[in-house]
Amino acid sequence: MTVAKSGEVVEEQAAPATPSDQRERDRMRRRLARRRGGGWWPYAFLAPWFIGLFGLTVYPMLASLYLSFTDFDLLTPARWVGVDNYDKMFTQDPVFWDSVHATLLYVVVSVPLKLALALGVAMLLNRDLRGIGLYRAAFYLPSLLGGAVAIAIVWRQVFGGDGLFNDFLAWFGIEGQDWISSPDTAIYTLILLAVWQFGTPMVIFLAGLKQLPKDVYEAAAIDGVTPVTRFFRITLPLLTPIVFFNVVLQIIDAFKTFTPAFVISNGSGGPLNSTMLYSLYLYKKGFTDLQMGYASALAWVLFLVIAGFTAVNFIASRYWVHYDD
Amino acid sequence: MSAITPTRPSKPAPRNPKQPLRKLRSATGSRRVFLHTVLIGVAIVMLYPLLWMLSSSLKPDTEIFTQPGLVPGSLRPENYSEGWSGSGNSFSLYITNSLIVTIGAVIGNVISCSLAAYAFARFEFRGKKIWFGLMLGTLMLPTQAVLIPQYTIFYNLTWINTFLPLIVPKFLAVDAFFIFLMVQFIRSIPRELDQAAMMDGANPFQIYWKIILPLMKPALITTTIFTFIWTYDDFLHQLVYLQQNDKFTVPLGLTLFLDQTSGSSYGAMFAMSTLALLPTLICFLIFQKRLVEGLATSGMKG
Repeated sequence: MTVAKSGEVVEEQAAPATPSDQRERDRMRRRLARRRGGGWWPYAFLAPWFIGLFGLTVYPMLASLYLSFTDFDLLTPARWVGVDNYDKMFTQDPVFWDSVHATLLYVVVSVPLKLALALGVAMLLNRDLRGIGLYRAAFYLPSLLGGAVAIAIVWRQVFGGDGLFNDFLAWFGIEGQDWISSPDTAIYTLILLAVWQFGTPMVIFLAGLKQLPKDVYEAAAIDGVTPVTRFFRITLPLLTPIVFFNVVLQIIDAFKTFTPAFVISNGSGGPLNSTMLYSLYLYKKGFTDLQMGYASALAWVLFLVIAGFTAVNFIASRYWVHYDD
Repeated sequence: MSAITPTRPSKPAPRNPKQPLRKLRSATGSRRVFLHTVLIGVAIVMLYPLLWMLSSSLKPDTEIFTQPGLVPGSLRPENYSEGWSGSGNSFSLYITNSLIVTIGAVIGNVISCSLAAYAFARFEFRGKKIWFGLMLGTLMLPTQAVLIPQYTIFYNLTWINTFLPLIVPKFLAVDAFFIFLMVQFIRSIPRELDQAAMMDGANPFQIYWKIILPLMKPALITTTIFTFIWTYDDFLHQLVYLQQNDKFTVPLGLTLFLDQTSGSSYGAMFAMSTLALLPTLICFLIFQKRLVEGLATSGMKG
C-alpha cells in the first residue's frame, strides 16, 4: 500500500521484492485469508445443521402454511380449500375458543406466579447458608422431572377426589372435592403443576443475583435503605435483563405444554374442554381426527401467537429492561 | 463511599464494644433459623408429592387413598413385579426401547451440534450472522408448528412406528439450544491452541477432533445429560410416531395404566411411575451440580 487515505505518499520500508518473494508473499496472504474464511470448511461442519434447518424446519414451515389452506387426511392428496380452515376455526369451532381460553388462562396465571416464586426463593437462597446446595437441588428437582408422564399421573391422583390434596385440606376442616373432574378447577391443577416447577427460572435468577455489584448494596446499607426499597430500587432494576430472559422463555414454554394436559384429562381435554390446552387440541385434530389441514392452520396460528407475544416482549423490554452497558 | 461515612450525623458512642457485636450475631442467628425453617418448609412441599408416590408404590391398593401418611401400614412390594409385567408387554421392553431412542439421540446431538458450534465459533464466512440468527430463531419455534409436515415426511419415508423419526433429526442438529451452549463454550477456549495446531499442519477437522472436542468435555456432558432426560421424557413425539405396543417407550407404557385404572391396581401404576422416574433421578443425583450450573450459565450469556 503506497498511498494512504489522505493522499500522502507513504514510503515503503521494505527492499524491492524479487518476483519469487512476491509470489511467496501472495501465496501466504491467500492462505491466511482462506484460513480466516475457511473456504468450504465451515459449510462442511454445518452440513448436518443445514440439512436439518431446511429439511426439518424451513420446508415444514412452508408445507404447513400450504397445508393450512387444504383439506388433508394424510391418505388422500391434499385438496385446496382456501381460507376455509381459518374461517371455520374463528367462526364455527367452539372447541377452538375453549382451547384458546384454557391456554391463555394457563399462561397468564402460571407464568407470573412461577416467576414470582422463583425470584422469591432465589433471593432467600442468595446468601451464605449451610446446606444451600441441598435446598437448590430440592427446589430444582421437580422442574427436571416435570415433563414426565409419571409426574402427571401422580398429579392426577394427588388432586383426585380421595387424593393427597384433600387429605391436606381436611387438616384445616375444609371439605375437598374432585379437583380433576370439576371444570372450574381442573385447569388450576395444571397451573399448580407448572408453578411447582419453578426451579429452572430460580436457578437462572440465582446466577443473576450472584453477579449484582456488592458495592451498590454497601452504599445502600450505609444510607439506611429499607429492604423493600432495596428490592424495588436496586435488585429488581439490575435484574431486569434476567427477568426478561425468564419471561420470554416461560411464556413460550407455557404455550407448548402438552403432556400434563393429555395425561390428566386422559387425552380428552375435559371436563368440558377446560384442560384443552392448545397443543392438545392440535394433536387431537391432527392425529386423532386426521384433519391435518385444519391442524396445520392451528399450528400456524400458534406460531404467530407465540411470535407475537415474543415480539411484544422484545418491544416492551425497551421500556423496562436496563442493560448496564 | 468514604465521603459518606464521616458526615454521618450521629455516631453511636462506643460504650461497650462487645455488646452491639453480640446483638448483631444473635440477630443474624435467629434470622438464620427463620430462613432455614422457611426453606425446609418449601422443600417439604416440593418433595412431598414424590415421597407420596414412592410410599403409595409400596402400599396395598386399599391403603393408598385411605391412609394418607407416608409410612405404609403394610408393605406390598408385589406392586413392582405386577406392574413390571402388567401392561401389555413387559416393562423391560419399554425400557429397552427408551434406551435405544435416548442413546441414539444423545450420540446424534453430541456429534451434530458440536460440528455446527465449531463452525459458528471459529470461522468467518458469508452470511454467518444471518445463519447464526436463524439458529437462535429456531430456539423459539414451537415444535408443534412443524409437527404435521414432519410427520408427513416420515410417513412418506415409511418411518412411522420405527425409532428413526425420534433419532435421525438429532443427527441434523435440530436442538439449537445445545449448539448455542457449545458455541459459548468454544469461545472460551483460547484461539492460540487452534493456531498452534494449524502451524503444525493440522486441518480444521483435526483441530476440531483433537483439540476442541477434548477441551469441551464439560459442555458435551451437559448436552448428554439434558438430551438424555428431555428425550426420555418427550411424550408428544413418542406418542405421535410410535404406534404399536412392541415399539412403546416408558412414557407410552405408563399411559397404558391410565386406561386400566378404573378397576385395577393403583399400586402397580405408582410402582411403575416411580421406576420411570428413576433414570432421571439417578442422572440428577450424579450430575446435580453440573445440571444446575449448565443451566445457569447458558441463561446468563444470552
